[in-house]
Amino acid sequence: MKDFLSIAPARQIPIEAVPMFPVEEFRERVIAATRNGMRLIALPGRRTEAGSVRVLAVLASDKAGALFLGETEMDGEYAALTRDRPFAQAFERELAEEWGLRPLGHPWLKPLRFPCGRPGVTDFLVVQGEGIHEISVGPVHAGIIEPGHFRFQCAGENVVHLEIALGYQHRGVEQSICKAPAQRRVCYFETLAGDTTIGHTTAYAQAMEALSDAPAPPRAEALRAIALELERLANHTGDLGALANDVGFLPTASYCGRLRGDFLNMTALICGSRFGRGLVRPGGVCFDLEPSRSDELRRRLDEVEKDARSAVELLWSTPTVMARFEGVGVVSTDVARTLGLVGPAARAAGLDQDARRDFPSGWYRFHHIPTATWSTGDVFGRAFVRWLEIQRSLAFLRETLSALPAGESNRPPKALLPQRLTVTMTESWRGETVHVAMTDEHGALALYKVVDPSFRNWMGLAVAMRGQQISDFPLCNKSFNLSYCGHDL
Amino acid sequence: MIEILRARILQRHRTIAWPRQEPILPDRFRGRPVLDPAKCAAGCRRCREACPVGAIETESGLRLDMGRCLFCAACAEACPFGAIRFSTDYRLSACRREDLVLDGKMKSCARTLDEQMRRLFGRSLKLRQVSAGGCNACEADVNVLTTVVFDLGRFGIQFVASPRHADGLLVTGPVSKNMEEALVKTYEAVPAPKLVIAVGACAISGGAYRGHPKTCNGVSSVLPVDLFVPGCPPHPMSILEGLVQWLK
Repeated sequence: MKDFLSIAPARQIPIEAVPMFPVEEFRERVIAATRNGMRLIALPGRRTEAGSVRVLAVLASDKAGALFLGETEMDGEYAALTRDRPFAQAFERELAEEWGLRPLGHPWLKPLRFPCGRPGVTDFLVVQGEGIHEISVGPVHAGIIEPGHFRFQCAGENVVHLEIALGYQHRGVEQSICKAPAQRRVCYFETLAGDTTIGHTTAYAQAMEALSDAPAPPRAEALRAIALELERLANHTGDLGALANDVGFLPTASYCGRLRGDFLNMTALICGSRFGRGLVRPGGVCFDLEPSRSDELRRRLDEVEKDARSAVELLWSTPTVMARFEGVGVVSTDVARTLGLVGPAARAAGLDQDARRDFPSGWYRFHHIPTATWSTGDVFGRAFVRWLEIQRSLAFLRETLSALPAGESNRPPKALLPQRLTVTMTESWRGETVHVAMTDEHGALALYKVVDPSFRNWMGLAVAMRGQQISDFPLCNKSFNLSYCGHDL
Repeated sequence: MIEILRARILQRHRTIAWPRQEPILPDRFRGRPVLDPAKCAAGCRRCREACPVGAIETESGLRLDMGRCLFCAACAEACPFGAIRFSTDYRLSACRREDLVLDGKMKSCARTLDEQMRRLFGRSLKLRQVSAGGCNACEADVNVLTTVVFDLGRFGIQFVASPRHADGLLVTGPVSKNMEEALVKTYEAVPAPKLVIAVGACAISGGAYRGHPKTCNGVSSVLPVDLFVPGCPPHPMSILEGLVQWLK
């Protein structure tokens, strides 16, 4: 009997090597594999010439550091994976929305991105009973953030159920990636989730490099890792400040707001853009670090670390902050695993997973970052994991900057090989970012699937709000800080 | 308490000295493009072909549309003659869309509000921010203006939670079709007279998403725009300077 094909991330394989299974067997295999600790990380579909839909399952074994691929072909109805594996819920909703498949028995088969318009027009779950009332928020929120719609069913001050309807940010990115000329395509990845520019452009560049069998030079990989950690530092610091703001603790809010900018300015020191625009390209990076620039970065890191420590540690020693952080918005380890959460939200709930360690690519193959986990799964856990990651990223940066590999930082990209498939993963600041790319018989991109970590985590926020006070919603929301456009694509 | 005070001393005063002093921007910062069409070779289109978003025209002399430009500098790299370079000048805003099109000649560019609006809003401007398909980079660098570093409030400008409290909208993103209605409704909720600011390449022209069937190619196709701030995303200084100059 055939088995799912084991591959390493950021390597290319011929598409025909992926084994094909009848729908029922495909389903059983995915269910069996995920019972034994594997995770479903992508489930892209594509139309065959015959008009049916070919669905590829990408499973990840964290322990083995390997990915497992299998395909099936279907048309119309099939028995939903979500019935047995809730973490498939968004993937199957996506398949239904994009390809018209009907996953039977899917308990939550609602529109995901409203690609045909009328966003937010759907049947929301309504809770009935004495004292139950509904609160509807968005798409336009009170702060300077992206749009999305939140529908709360409340009993008094407590949230019985939160339903999140997204899709307002849908820009049709994925549909344009394959058709776009290369010079424009990279702009999509830079703006796919604009605060994760390095995370997505690195995954894209690695996919192009894998598909053309032309790896980036080691110096480029090190510079990408530096930029990725700076991106993490900026966002984690900003998040800690925003969490402090949401509980009304203004010292840390104010200091971290400034420190976040200091990290962004370090990225700008490297490439001129605070968000890393123009830095990562297939083949390498467009800017190098001369010794004086590297010294300047290290000098700034020393200064910022001192300030960050003083700003952030105030949180843990302030009882009024801890009272709002601890025990609020709890996601248990089991729930996190069942929903397939990734990133700091998963690690804060005790899931020991980090693509930098489990599926290392680029510079992370040579230089390891210890994974930070916590066990409480609450707002405090998500905040504290960020602080641990900040410290570890700072140490990583210092070490990498002091031992940058010599050599070129860019190679001219080569043509893509025909009929190949690759899966790339980066651990961006929100979590595991997965890209799946395939070429056609002429070496042109035929499929490009992006799985932003937010796609995996939005349901986590909805579940974390159950039984919480409605007034804790901004705090819980910020503790996840998910991307709307990364989800809506 | 003593820890909080100690931290306060350590963190020092961090507000930038601008407008008294010019800001320190990174040397690799890509600000206002500088064109020198005299250097162009006849029939050369290398810059135009390198541009990911069609911001460059070469047919009737070299022209660059800052409203579409992502400031990636691919054109400058492609040009063997040095006809395009990116300066570190962060002052990019304009009130008229056509003023964002550069052709290498000096021209007067309207960057301030008209007299009557300035009398109304010059000392106090309340804005409601709407992200309409924005990627969260423009949003983040608008948000950063409210930190102690830029301290937007000292110029009388403030972001408010409700359009009904606002004098205008600051819009980011190409205006996804799915946000079009919400954007228009938010605009309608702002009491007249009202202003609209488009921040970033997406909001001005659709940016990287220009021509996508799921977006509207920027705010102008939906609402009248009074101020444009180019960039992808614009540096916070470009946004701040644009706003302050506008109200002067």
